[in-house]
Amino acid sequence: MEWLSEFGAIAAMQGFNGLSVFCVLLLMALGLAIIFGQMGVINMAHGEFLTIGAYTTFIVAVLTERFAPAFGPYYFFLAIVMSFFIAGAIGWVVEWAMISRLYHRPLDTLLATWGLSLIMQQIFRSVFGAREVSANLPEWLMGSLQLTDTIEIPRNGLFVMGLTILLTATIFLMMYRSRWGLQVRATVQNRAMSRAVGINTKRVDRMTFALGCGVAGVAGAAFTTIGSTGPTSGSLYIVDTFLVVVFGGAASLLGTIASAFSIAQAQSIMEFFMSGSMAKVLTLLTVVGILMLRPQGLFSIKVRK
Amino acid sequence: MDSQLKGAKLRFPRRLALGAAALSMLAASAFAAPPTAEVNTTGLAVTDTEVVVGQLHSATGTMAISETGSIQAERLAIEQINAAGGILGRQIKVIQEDGASDWPTFAEKSRKLLVNDKVAAVFGCWTSASRKAVLPVFERENGLLYYPTFYEGLEQSKNVVYTGQEATQQILAGLDWVAKEKEAKTYYLLGSDYIWPRTSMKIARKHIETVLGGKVVGEEYYPLGHTQFGSLINKVKLKKPDVVFAAVVGGSNVAFYKQLKAAGVTAEKQTLLTLSVTEDELLGIGGENMAGFYASMKYFQSLDNPNNAAFVEAFKAKYGQDAVIGDVTQAAYLGPWLWKAAVEKAGSFDVDKVVAATPGIELTTAPEGYVKVHENQHLWSKTRIGEVLPNGQFKVVYESDLIEPNPFPKGYQ
Repeated sequence: MEWLSEFGAIAAMQGFNGLSVFCVLLLMALGLAIIFGQMGVINMAHGEFLTIGAYTTFIVAVLTERFAPAFGPYYFFLAIVMSFFIAGAIGWVVEWAMISRLYHRPLDTLLATWGLSLIMQQIFRSVFGAREVSANLPEWLMGSLQLTDTIEIPRNGLFVMGLTILLTATIFLMMYRSRWGLQVRATVQNRAMSRAVGINTKRVDRMTFALGCGVAGVAGAAFTTIGSTGPTSGSLYIVDTFLVVVFGGAASLLGTIASAFSIAQAQSIMEFFMSGSMAKVLTLLTVVGILMLRPQGLFSIKVRK
Repeated sequence: MDSQLKGAKLRFPRRLALGAAALSMLAASAFAAPPTAEVNTTGLAVTDTEVVVGQLHSATGTMAISETGSIQAERLAIEQINAAGGILGRQIKVIQEDGASDWPTFAEKSRKLLVNDKVAAVFGCWTSASRKAVLPVFERENGLLYYPTFYEGLEQSKNVVYTGQEATQQILAGLDWVAKEKEAKTYYLLGSDYIWPRTSMKIARKHIETVLGGKVVGEEYYPLGHTQFGSLINKVKLKKPDVVFAAVVGGSNVAFYKQLKAAGVTAEKQTLLTLSVTEDELLGIGGENMAGFYASMKYFQSLDNPNNAAFVEAFKAKYGQDAVIGDVTQAAYLGPWLWKAAVEKAGSFDVDKVVAATPGIELTTAPEGYVKVHENQHLWSKTRIGEVLPNGQFKVVYESDLIEPNPFPKGYQ
């Protein structure tokens, strides 16, 4: 009987783990779903925008500790907002300086953004040092909630989950319920016609790219609670991010959500029954197999003319 | 000083420079240094005032996180040696190359150092992959490499001096300690998925099952850069091992310990012994996330002895008060000193003579305490168990006797 209750507890925690991996995948894929899914830009530097968010959090944490220790427990909210705006602003500049000149050359964009990611990594390394840093997390984000004797739910997982839901809802509203979202979708579908009806497509491009980068910044800030903060931290997520977006079908936000959910659950369940490396191999094999049968997702998005 | 300047200016072309420097040496004759023709018969970059060595680490790329400390420590040692008069009356000049975390680049740069620059010794490499990449070059060109990282063993080359511990030194003493001190019977082995953790865990499993009479209840490897450890943590909770024995590296390391802490697996509930967390990694993980867990290493910054106090002070004076020193950083610091001792014993910079003089070299000034070079060019060293403190340092709770290096352990392969 004791064995059974213990099994139940592990199953519950394992279920939560699947959800929490889902939220992590979705959170990191949201920004790319906007940039890659809506604009068709293959942004290999996406991970570095995550890193910007992570370092912003670190800086805010250090500054708070030094100048306003009383504010300490709540700095994280400020950090998230700052991450959004800083990553977004840098994204805006990158779009202006680089991406906007390459819209008709998608493969060159791939190379250019990959180069950009290397440059950004080295800048992080020169500014913050090669070693990883760690922001002091507020007490309320640490540890776990003890639901029963055996069931413990990590608080940072809950936090990431809440943030993901909030962010997804906001993006959904912006994309499908706002005037700006209408303009974005119009530009994606027919650029010339959009311009003819008076949409400033250049501005729309720039704002969309900046928004995607800002969302990546927020993800980076959130990931300081569960992962590392170093020059190459963001690149740890880039493969999974593309996997989620491509698997879901590049132009669909709902597809991204569904894909993040299925990949997360598959990964989480398989990891429980076998070694991590094998679980990863099987997940990738499954994804490849499904994409062979349903290739719509795989780089079949419309390329800008 | 005058003749040094002249020597430096006239270095190219080298043959002319040698002659000119020799002449100016006669004039100055302020050095007690033996003549170059005597200490350098194989055409290395040695003049009457200077000897050139190479430094080959990743200053860029993903490994820069780990290798920065080694670069700094080797620089410090070389500066100290120069300040004390150099080697055989010659100042050490360093040519630093960047391996850029890319193994073919390591091989290419090592060839450049040995063939073009004709360096007398190279201090470098960190990962086993980079060492394996440069090894054929060092053997073909007869170079000399001082390699600082603790590694999986199963290698021995006359062209390499291994200043870190090989696997058995680091692992066996740690397991013995945890079996005795924590009365551990069941073990969960866990690592990143590449050669070092896999070899280490193979040795650990053999030792647990045959020597300690314990049981391995889980053995798992995760891809490098893996960031989600929830399922693994649930498995550990289910199996309730007496000890989690971990060798997770890089960004995964940080994610693993943060998520352990978040899942409520703390030192009060779970004993954990790691092979891969030094003071360097603790910077990223945060001491509070790992407090009470144990690491098995040969060196901790908090070691209490006069050598170490002087070393830590010099290191901080050069690199800032916040600088931390991990196990490999200290091992890298030993490289130039071991080379100096061997060159002086050999009375020559020739690689073959230095190699012949290397076994039996003793350092009593090492920050980790006394070390001695074995016939197999690894070091006799002690293994310590450190307990993680919330401030990111370790409290040394156990120290072994001097352990003989055994890169090819019988019965463990």
